[in-house]
Amino acid sequence: MNLAEYKGVYVFAQQVDNEVSSIALELIGKGKDLAKDLGTTVTAVLVGSGVKGLADELGEYGADKVIVIDDPELKDYRTEPYTHALTSVIEKYKPDIFLIGATAIGRDLGPRVCARVHTGLTADCTQLDIGDFPLTPMPGKEQKHNQLLMTRPAFGGNTIATIACPEFRPQMATVRPGVMQKLPREAGRRAEVEEFNPGFVPNDKYVEIMDVVKAVSNVADIMDAKILVSGGRGVGSPENFKILDDLAEAIGGTVSCSRAVVDAGWKPKDLQVGQTGKTVRPHVYFAIGISGAIQHVAGMEESDIIIAINKDESAPIFDVADYGVVGDLNKIVPLLTQKIKEAKAAAAN
Amino acid sequence: MKVVVCIKQVPDTKGGVKFKPDGTLDRAAMLTIMNPDDKAGLEAALRLKDQYGAEVTVVTMGLPKAEEVLREALAMGADKGILVTDRVLGGADTWATSQTIAGAIRNLEYDLIITGRQAIDGDTAQVGPQISEHLGIPVISYAQDIKVEGDYVIVQRQFDDRYHVLKAKMPCLITALSELNEPRYMTPGGIFDAYKSEITVWGRNDLKDVLDSNLGLKGSPTQIAKASDKVRKGAGEKVSLDTTESVDYIIGKLEEKHVI
Repeated sequence: MNLAEYKGVYVFAQQVDNEVSSIALELIGKGKDLAKDLGTTVTAVLVGSGVKGLADELGEYGADKVIVIDDPELKDYRTEPYTHALTSVIEKYKPDIFLIGATAIGRDLGPRVCARVHTGLTADCTQLDIGDFPLTPMPGKEQKHNQLLMTRPAFGGNTIATIACPEFRPQMATVRPGVMQKLPREAGRRAEVEEFNPGFVPNDKYVEIMDVVKAVSNVADIMDAKILVSGGRGVGSPENFKILDDLAEAIGGTVSCSRAVVDAGWKPKDLQVGQTGKTVRPHVYFAIGISGAIQHVAGMEESDIIIAINKDESAPIFDVADYGVVGDLNKIVPLLTQKIKEAKAAAAN
Repeated sequence: MKVVVCIKQVPDTKGGVKFKPDGTLDRAAMLTIMNPDDKAGLEAALRLKDQYGAEVTVVTMGLPKAEEVLREALAMGADKGILVTDRVLGGADTWATSQTIAGAIRNLEYDLIITGRQAIDGDTAQVGPQISEHLGIPVISYAQDIKVEGDYVIVQRQFDDRYHVLKAKMPCLITALSELNEPRYMTPGGIFDAYKSEITVWGRNDLKDVLDSNLGLKGSPTQIAKASDKVRKGAGEKVSLDTTESVDYIIGKLEEKHVI
């Protein structure tokens, strides 16, 4: 493998139902940072059926070039044709870096692609940098420059590892949604668009999609919320979540919950924060009646401000809270709601 | 019908997480368990055994101690356990791990391979799809329901806002979500039999069609530049006040941070 042949930062521009996923724009945003350090450009790889029209949007969010692979076989996501599409792009264009979102699609596609092209893949990264590997010079080992350094949590968020892929290309990572920043949209900015079709011949690996069942969901996506009012088992009953609903409404937030609440059947799984739920990083996170198991903390500890209310003063949630209040949530929460309403009314006058 | 289930022994992070005085994880003090997604995969295989008389073989890669997790699987009802262990396999990343397991599975007959979606120590979800690629068979990840019809499997595949019902010709690899089912308990008779059963132990030389350059630390494309137990940001303030003072305290902080 001649590593010097591999150039440019490529990102998989995930789309679902011909709508660009937010993660695609986040990857372009991060890709621009990396490309700047390397003196190169960002290419978005857009895969689907009838998706060419989405290329302009990718350009407006910063992509320098868009490679469009448009084929009826690519209508809904399937592992094999999408793997063939990305593998063909890698073989033809030889990217230095290839980023994929760590979504339910990307975490299936990434490993299959890297196994086919024989390179490394680092899962669910939360930080990407360009730097040296090894980080500091080591006797008897060549220090390589301009390497992709991929940082990820493991062990349910208890450990952090920085990983490099010095001998193989492309350097591949899946990137956790909601962590990287997309660039502001620049209307009229255009990317160079190139169409490419490597040919898709169905075989036994092209599984058949018999049905697509969309979840009916009226709940707001807790990953997008700026303020989360999160409740745990300590709230006591599904009915008592009313006091959290009221607080959320008063402060302009969204209600979420811990796993115990989902397991008890009080709230749907889409609202669950934590290792087996969603990772959130709102501006303010209220942890109300949540003990703070490590799996929960892993999903919310990056929040800017964490406010915990719990009657058990030894609850582990107080170890991560910026502001911890030991007390009875049934008394504190309703009064807090009332005072916030008063403060907002006073500010409005 | 023959089903191979890949399982992993992992440290138990649920409840029993232990920290050292400096706030980092104390791994030596933690118990090990069968990885939860793998256990759901095993349960799915055992249901195929109940329904169709499928033969269930469990495979694990790890230290000799990982034999424990195979015995647990046998006690739950698996027919055969294979431990892949060898010093030269140590330090493997997901590429080298999947090469190793694919090399072991090439010795076996199978219609279906089931792995867990991801292990709770690494959380990568990469090894299952990588094994399927090395073996040249289809993969269906994130399975929340599995049915067999003739030579085909019909699987509900979970996505963020939907699921697809997929039909694939066997042989096929499926990665299981822990939501797939409620794994059964070991039976007393099963435990008794499991500790009498022979565990097959394979080393490097038992792996089929795998190059040395794809195994262990040396065969791993990814390399660790730095690893550390995460330093938590640490506790902030904690107050014990009466209700009105508590509320005033929170309001004060929200105003100070310009939230309200």
